[in-house]
Amino acid sequence: MTALPLILTVFVACAVEAIEALTIVLAAGLTREWRSTFQGMAVALAVLAAIVAVLGPTITLLPLTPLRLVVGALLAIFGLQWLRKAILRATGYKSLHDEASAYLREVAAAKAASASSRGRVHDWYAFTLSFKGVLLEGLEVVFIVITFGANQRNVGAAVIGAAAAVVVVAVTGVLVRAPLAKVPENALKFSVGIMLTSFGIFWGAEGAGVSWPGQDAALLVVVPVVALVSLGYTVLLRRPRAVQPASAPTSASASEEVTSS
Amino acid sequence: MRRLRSIGAFWYDFVVGDDWRVAVVVVAALALTAVLVHAAGVNAWWLLPVCVFAALGWSLRRATRT
Repeated sequence: MTALPLILTVFVACAVEAIEALTIVLAAGLTREWRSTFQGMAVALAVLAAIVAVLGPTITLLPLTPLRLVVGALLAIFGLQWLRKAILRATGYKSLHDEASAYLREVAAAKAASASSRGRVHDWYAFTLSFKGVLLEGLEVVFIVITFGANQRNVGAAVIGAAAAVVVVAVTGVLVRAPLAKVPENALKFSVGIMLTSFGIFWGAEGAGVSWPGQDAALLVVVPVVALVSLGYTVLLRRPRAVQPASAPTSASASEEVTSS
Repeated sequence: MRRLRSIGAFWYDFVVGDDWRVAVVVVAALALTAVLVHAAGVNAWWLLPVCVFAALGWSLRRATRT
């Protein structure tokens, strides 16, 4: 298997998390103070890089079959969690993640918090807000980078995908100077859920001893089948438009967001 | 102890999420697949996808009912 599917999957997954982290960083930086915000972000990125640097090569040393069994199970469980939420959002049973309102909430909290300094950090609130936001969103990326990279014996390619996503989102955020609310986040999460679940099924079954018909080419069937089943559930569960309150995001628009991906 | 508990809760929520039944179905399906392959000599590549789709449907049905 080439590194391209690995890089693309990690890129999209990382982009989704980077958009959410960007919202928090912008709220801290624009409302409080940029220097402390960047300090928090830098420390969080250093912690995440250290986790990848330590765990990545260590996990790669493990035998491939048990590694695929464990990682496949984790990815399938993790991916189904993403897919479940994305389908519930697309069908109107769960509200769509709104970066604009998330940003306003963070800004209100940041404005209300009192200022205090610790050591070299001038604004402790901006530092911790930025640190926690980047670390928590980044942990999901680290999980995907390590599991995908270790299974493909190519942690470097996974890191390239993740780094590219961070750069693209950061540059866009700097240019726009606002949360990236127009990005179809649920459609991206839906796609990532499909990829994580598909790879989880593929590697998990291989780890359990299965030989896939067509070997690696089976993934070319597994991914579309997972996508079709997920879209099928979305269509089946779609709420009638009349039930939606006027102010809520309509299921129709949410579904369009998903089906257009 | 409190910190350990909160770390455990964080990782549980991180990996398992809202519906633990999905995780149980995936683990059980993998165990059954391994038994079929190694003990019965059946190349049960189809079992995990079927169980995953069933688990997703079951979980969505439960979520939309409540």
